[in-house]
Amino acid sequence: MLLARVTGTLVATQKNRKLEGAKLLFVQPLTLEDTPRGPELLAVDGVGAGVHEKVLIVLEGRAASDAIEKKAAPVDAAIIGIVDRVDVA
Amino acid sequence: MQLGKVIGNVVLNNQNDTLTGVKLLLVQPISSAREPIGRVIVAADSVGAGVGEHVFFVRGKEASFPFHPTEVPADAGIVGIADSWHIG
Repeated sequence: MLLARVTGTLVATQKNRKLEGAKLLFVQPLTLEDTPRGPELLAVDGVGAGVHEKVLIVLEGRAASDAIEKKAAPVDAAIIGIVDRVDVA
Repeated sequence: MQLGKVIGNVVLNNQNDTLTGVKLLLVQPISSAREPIGRVIVAADSVGAGVGEHVFFVRGKEASFPFHPTEVPADAGIVGIADSWHIG
């Protein structure tokens, strides 16, 4: 899993039927210092996240599919939580 | 998933049987600012995308899910056409 920031929204009318109703958001993975880490991604939203929020994402198909409560959805990234706080010891 | 732009297609002969009828497209991954990122890939299309269109695609085994129950040997698959997007 990775920490990321939601940076935008995507509109897609024509998509795989398993993605119908799913919200697609742009996310920018972050370092612990909140600086961008690697390229931005598109993730399905399983928690009702909004733009500018800091979130936790999974980058794995089965987990991402579970996050939107679909079986075998063709997705490889999903938002699974909104981050309140990160404590670094 | 990642954004991309369809820039061409690939036609095979003597292909793996499970690829019969599967449309293969050349996709240039792009950023939300429409700048190319990394190398062009070949992706299996299940949504009827065409050259010039903006799409989003999955990587990995999930690329074959739209073709279920056929087990298509693909590692990248277009799963939607990106109509528009908004950043910020």
